[in-house]
Amino acid sequence: MITAANDVVTFDNVGLRYGTEREVLSDVSFSLHPGSFYFLTGASGAGKTSLLKLLYLAQRPSRGMISMFGADVITLPRNRLPAFRRRLGVVFQDFRLVPHLSAFDNVALPLRVSGVREADLRKSVSDMLEWVGLAHRSDARPATLSGGEQQRVAIARAVIGRPDMLVADEPTGNVDPEMALKLLRLFEALNRLGTTVVVATHDVHLLRKVPDSMIMRLDKGRLSDPTGALRYPPKRPMRAPDAHENGQS
Amino acid sequence: MSRASDSAAPSRQSFLPFRRNTATQLVPQARLAGPMPWVLAIMVTLTVIAAAGGLALSNLADGARGELSGGATVQIVEAAPAERNRQAAVSVQLLTRHPSVASLRRVPDEELSRLLEPWLGVGASNEAVPIPALIDVRLRTEATEDELRSIRRLLADQAPAARIDAQSNWLRPVFATIRSLQWLAIALVALLGLTSASAVWLAARSALGTNRNTIEVVHLLGGTDGQIARIFQRSIGIDSTLGGAVGLMLGLGVVLLLGRQFAGLDSGMIASGGLEWRDWLVLAAIPIAGVAIAMLTARLTVLAALRRML
Repeated sequence: MITAANDVVTFDNVGLRYGTEREVLSDVSFSLHPGSFYFLTGASGAGKTSLLKLLYLAQRPSRGMISMFGADVITLPRNRLPAFRRRLGVVFQDFRLVPHLSAFDNVALPLRVSGVREADLRKSVSDMLEWVGLAHRSDARPATLSGGEQQRVAIARAVIGRPDMLVADEPTGNVDPEMALKLLRLFEALNRLGTTVVVATHDVHLLRKVPDSMIMRLDKGRLSDPTGALRYPPKRPMRAPDAHENGQS
Repeated sequence: MSRASDSAAPSRQSFLPFRRNTATQLVPQARLAGPMPWVLAIMVTLTVIAAAGGLALSNLADGARGELSGGATVQIVEAAPAERNRQAAVSVQLLTRHPSVASLRRVPDEELSRLLEPWLGVGASNEAVPIPALIDVRLRTEATEDELRSIRRLLADQAPAARIDAQSNWLRPVFATIRSLQWLAIALVALLGLTSASAVWLAARSALGTNRNTIEVVHLLGGTDGQIARIFQRSIGIDSTLGGAVGLMLGLGVVLLLGRQFAGLDSGMIASGGLEWRDWLVLAAIPIAGVAIAMLTARLTVLAALRRML
């Protein structure tokens, strides 16, 4: 497989199986380029979440090679993985907020893990909560937040550290269309600052909203490339087909 | 997007630990409302009592040994009172001149009779039951076999009825019993330490299970094994400090109460079994050691569990 030296992530013939079950991902090969915006689509059970788990280093593949930020993360010693994880922002499908921490503390968590001083993180976290419309709920525990509010806290936590790559699993599934669009704009803003964004969704309407996005489609664990996003070098920046058709931005 | 986060963007090389408060917040803290501090309090109480017992026995043995090590008893075992008195007087004269003898005292017959009253009854005459004459000798050094031999040689000609024994020989079985009790106390302290470590191990595993989601989140956000272990270490550290403080107070209360009761016995031997100031320091160090063991156990347990994650 041809890859560029500065690719954010490269998968080469990656396969994944849990236990002795059949492979949930087979022969997956692609490269993610810096500053690009990708949608990962596919039916339920196609392997989207499994692929994302490999991307955010929660899982090792059963076979194949994965390189991230120029390093082979398969053979990397365990104790070096946290440094890679700190360069990622992750929005989990089930949010995975810490139940006994306030919204503020949940958003501040990545910064605290990275050793940012309390005095330095207060304003950033408050601004971020304001951006996602939750400034008034900063002291609320996750159990007292609605599904949409929890999702926004999860997104704020994922982007607060300005990650090099953002991986989001159905990030707009629980919010109203207006908030979904706002969150997508947040991802785009982050993307413009150089973050590579990967959003898993089966909401086709969402694909139309980001004009320069590229699409990876998973079908029964195999990756197809409807927009040519995974070719290297890409022939041209690809747009989601519907975005062309509808002329939406 | 807000640019405010720029200033807070973390250094990618930074592996600074969580700040104290933010780290412990990640695991719910029950403090004294939870079982852990009380389990540790009971362990520390029992350990303090066992250790105090061991230390008191050690002091008792040392005191008795020190008191008796230079002591020897000369018995004049002679049925005829006149001859017995003569040999006793000669023995006193000879022993007074012996260079190893620091002091001596012939135990008066009245005192001997009083000592034997419980067995012989009041007013038992010396003629009816001959009682040996006793000379209590304090040597300048320990009553070794060589010293005793030298005294025997000295008295052999003029006091052939004299029998010389080191006082410590009589108490050898008592010392052996005390030594056994000391080992028992050490074994108890070790067992209680192991039990405490096991309790902490179970508590840490239980806390790991309860907080698995939180651990995974911190792990996936780039938390290192050391950072995550430190969260539990601190949590267990706070619990064990509370438990240790309560346990120490309870343990010391029991020790003081027992000490007062033993002091009330007014027995010469038991009186030497009190605790010195350094013993109290050892007892005060028990909860500190308990906290250290608890934190180390928690750390090792959590690190072992984390190694199973990617």
